[in-house]
Amino acid sequence: MKILVCVTSVPDTTTKITFTDNNTKLNKAGVQFITGPYDDYALARAVELKEQTGASVTVLNVGEADAEPVIRKCLAIGADDAIRVNADPVDAYFVAEQIAAIAKENSYDLILMGRESIDYNGGQVHGIVAEMLGIPSISPVMKLDISGTTAKMTREIEGGKEDLEASLPLVLGCQEPIAEWKIPNMRGIMTARTKPLKVVEPSSRETLTQVVSYELPAPRGAVKMIPADQAETLIQLLRTEAKVI
Amino acid sequence: MSVLIFVELDEGKIKKSSQEAIFYGAKVAGMMGTAATAVVLGEADSAELATAGRFGATKVLHAADPKLNETNGMAYASVVAAAAQQEGAKVIVLAKSSLADAMAARLAGKLKAGLAANVIDLPQLGDSFRVKRSIYTGKAFAETELTADTKILAIKKNTITPEETDATASVEAFSPALNEGDFGLKVTNTEKATGDVLLPEADLVVSAGRGLKGPENWAIVEDLAKALGAATACSKPVSDLDWRPHHEHVGQTGIKVSPNLYIAAGISGAIQHLAGVNSSKVIVVINKDPEAPFFKSADYGIVGDVFEVLPRLTKAVQAL
Repeated sequence: MKILVCVTSVPDTTTKITFTDNNTKLNKAGVQFITGPYDDYALARAVELKEQTGASVTVLNVGEADAEPVIRKCLAIGADDAIRVNADPVDAYFVAEQIAAIAKENSYDLILMGRESIDYNGGQVHGIVAEMLGIPSISPVMKLDISGTTAKMTREIEGGKEDLEASLPLVLGCQEPIAEWKIPNMRGIMTARTKPLKVVEPSSRETLTQVVSYELPAPRGAVKMIPADQAETLIQLLRTEAKVI
Repeated sequence: MSVLIFVELDEGKIKKSSQEAIFYGAKVAGMMGTAATAVVLGEADSAELATAGRFGATKVLHAADPKLNETNGMAYASVVAAAAQQEGAKVIVLAKSSLADAMAARLAGKLKAGLAANVIDLPQLGDSFRVKRSIYTGKAFAETELTADTKILAIKKNTITPEETDATASVEAFSPALNEGDFGLKVTNTEKATGDVLLPEADLVVSAGRGLKGPENWAIVEDLAKALGAATACSKPVSDLDWRPHHEHVGQTGIKVSPNLYIAAGISGAIQHLAGVNSSKVIVVINKDPEAPFFKSADYGIVGDVFEVLPRLTKAVQAL
């Protein structure tokens, strides 16, 4: 079985986001970049499947050279090899085209990625890739087991969950608790240095959206504190002042 | 050339978030000098579908094939694409949900459409088509130009407040040929809480964290939620500990909510939790620790014991 895991390199979840160049670029100064948290779940499950079934795991990132530490970390966690498409991942359609082009060349049984990236939160790439490949896509997947060419999955739905079965190949958007995040060990880190990381140029350049500028939300006003022994006052304020109940 | 709105039902009724999408779509149609058409999939009551008119749709296309009763993003995308083609729609509007997200991504691939997710305002039309969308899990916004011929707007809850009229929409049967290949997924089991307010749909949310000390103490959270008609939610540690199901977890890696009111009891307010709730209109924080970081992001705060404060709030709501 061949598994492709698509990963994003995104600002750490604790990052205070700011912009530069007249609000047209993310201010990367001092920002720690990490593997997308959802992508990390996808990778962890792929590595478990590799351990159980002897599958091969390839990591794919559409990103510039500064994403390589994240890719090396994925190799240290247990992926066999990696591909980086050398481009700024500016648009979901553009990223999906790169992934689909590589998937067409290599015919993977499973293409896993996070349910969404935590920078643009679009949650579109898995669906567009699957549409381009003409295969099913399922998201958000919180449980995945493979027997032969059948995948058994649990997907989260509003207010509950759903068990599903489908034949491979599939594209899945993953989330917790599909697997526990894996932390690379020393041996993994050493071997990752020599695992193949192929850099390719984008197969197309077309985009369908374009960010014009960024802005930050207006700060909330000062908090109004209510003494605990007058807690009932809160309900009055929510009704008469905030007008939300 | 109409604006097409993908409308979802829950227990036979048009979802609140879809009512918002219809109203939004009708506004966009008004800006573009055209009409708003809704598309609904699966068996449904025509009288209910006609209520789409109250929010501004002039027509509802109803694809009533029972095969569409099962929510299937792939099949839905094919039907919505056919509806867009029939109507000549170049703008498609939907409210974000797990089904709509799955449908919209495939639709974007099918129609080669530019898709903006988490849209929080009406578009700006002119030389270009621009929308503002929420990014970095609510930490920022991006003014985004959609350059493709066809545009899909996935709107975030509370983007617009619908105003109702007494108009009704005409309901037309819509029966495109279904593609067998879209039905390759087999649903073997569905578990869904019924009768409760769905968290992503809720206007009011009561959420609790580890400060509740254990799942056996959740009754005081549920009581307040019930009194308010609110949905219940929880923090990530609570879901990780299995005190509450994962579909109640709000935060960076859980559900993102933007209700009118978010009450957080016994949640300290880690930045990852804030990411899931920071678009709420009003935030109330109840915590015994006056140093809890969540107070900095709140509109109202009570420093106190949740086991005393929550029941008092419930009583006060019941007395209204």
